[in-house]
Amino acid sequence: MSQQQALPATTLAPASAAAWRVSFVALLFVALALLPIAAKLGAEGYILNLVTRALIFAIAAISLDLILGHGALVSFGHAAYLGIGSYAVGILASHGVEEVLLQIPVAIGAGALFALATGAVSLRTSGVYYIMSTLAFGQMLYFFAVSLSAYGGDDGLTLPGRSTILGMPLLKADTTFYYVVLALLGATYVLTLRITRSRFGRVLNGIRENPARMKAIGFEPFTYQLAACIIAGATCALAGVLLANQTGFVSPAYMTWQRSGELLVMVILGGIGSLWGAIIGALSFLLLEEVLSLITEQWKLILGPFLVLVALGGYGGIAGLADTLRNKLVRRGQP
Amino acid sequence: MTAPLLRVEKLVKRFGALVVTDELSLDVRAGEMHAVIGPNGAGKTTFIHQLSGSLSSQAGRILFDDADITHLDMPQRVRRGLARSFQITSILPGQTVLANVALAVQARSGTSFRFLRAVDHEAPLNDAAAAILDRVGLGARKGVRAGSLSHGEKRLLEIAIAIATAPRLLLLDEPLAGLGQEEAQVCIQLLAALKREFSIILVEHDMDAVFQLADRISVLVAGRVIATGTPDEIRANAAVRQAYLGDGELD
Repeated sequence: MSQQQALPATTLAPASAAAWRVSFVALLFVALALLPIAAKLGAEGYILNLVTRALIFAIAAISLDLILGHGALVSFGHAAYLGIGSYAVGILASHGVEEVLLQIPVAIGAGALFALATGAVSLRTSGVYYIMSTLAFGQMLYFFAVSLSAYGGDDGLTLPGRSTILGMPLLKADTTFYYVVLALLGATYVLTLRITRSRFGRVLNGIRENPARMKAIGFEPFTYQLAACIIAGATCALAGVLLANQTGFVSPAYMTWQRSGELLVMVILGGIGSLWGAIIGALSFLLLEEVLSLITEQWKLILGPFLVLVALGGYGGIAGLADTLRNKLVRRGQP
Repeated sequence: MTAPLLRVEKLVKRFGALVVTDELSLDVRAGEMHAVIGPNGAGKTTFIHQLSGSLSSQAGRILFDDADITHLDMPQRVRRGLARSFQITSILPGQTVLANVALAVQARSGTSFRFLRAVDHEAPLNDAAAAILDRVGLGARKGVRAGSLSHGEKRLLEIAIAIATAPRLLLLDEPLAGLGQEEAQVCIQLLAALKREFSIILVEHDMDAVFQLADRISVLVAGRVIATGTPDEIRANAAVRQAYLGDGELD
């Protein structure tokens, strides 16, 4: 085994590292799939509701991680897409269209369109100016929603009920809705993971690492970054559709800049760029929020230092920490 | 005589009042290795930037294969076959050596708007990249993260990436920069081999290497070409000795 130890850490059995990640994520999804059964032992409705919400935010966080972790695009306006998705549901429902198979394409289309229009402008800037412009577009949409007096303005809209599938109220039961959300999260995770490992994903990551090099081999960064923004926007709009259905309510509050900040926190806490970290980040953020706010109203006072530690530690969030621990264990296990 | 592969006509670059490229004209013939030398501050790197498209030009024209490319951006020029290497190593440190080169192959093989198939397993990209890495002598380092290569290996990777774009004219900006004696010899042998296959513009400080490799040499002083000729002609040129080389340095 001495030969293996001589290898630098960077080449340490990547295959087994990938295998451990796959098994970890699989385990996570199995646990989430079993949760509704376990929840029957406790406050079923409360737990199911809380975790459903966390899974919805996990979809949003994964979409943000695609552009943040793989495109190095720090969007401070990502909550706008939650708003777009939920307003697609709210506005259509207020006109009597409760069919989710219509609502989802409208939401995804609107999200993609908003990403195309704002990205085409924002991506001409970089660094702090990029962050500022995404923030500005997010705020514009927020105030636009506030001004929509026909759709409740500041107060928002109450939905008549959960969306229907082919006219049937299949999402009505909380447990069914939970499994639909979990399945969509699984699909989002797998699809996004495949995107990051595709030709497109390799170009996107290359632009993150070294845009000058990418131009020098013939890639125009703008086009690829814009495409990534459109994918992320469309995905997050799907999360918005689910969020509206979960709360039964749509309001401008879904797209405040604080909400955009929380999405960033979820991704960073979980570990930028790892995708499954985004799921862990969303789950831990919302669960921490719930638990800590039972202890004190100022729960962010406790979360704050923790985030600083994550940033300082350079562990790559919870996902990075898990990888580090696992590598240590593996090395200890070797002769 | 056939038209040159690259024709530069009275190219100008000013930074404020400072004229860095001063009506520079130059021809590069197909198949030749054309070295550009000159003292520090002569404007060699600026000229390379203008050729590759990372800097715009205020006046003059660049004709590549009879087409005016003066106003094309860098990715467009690369797609026409004008590739460059960087003076300061510019690679993707987090990707494997193979992926660095495979990306350059990918850039010229079909669309990159493919979202679902794993690019790791695209044999045509990997095979082409592996063949190029074998040529530059990095075949054994394919699976290593590019960031963990030695400086000399990174310089070779830099050249491999440029070749992988399948250029018709290769701009090499000080490929020997920072190399030790042995590493430089490896690199010079590689350049000698590439010379038969690609038209090359070589900017280099190592005079031994330049005079050994180049078919023709242009001497740049204060943003202008003061002489172009074979190594022997340049060695014998009085103006060149006067302006740049200093008497006796080349003997």
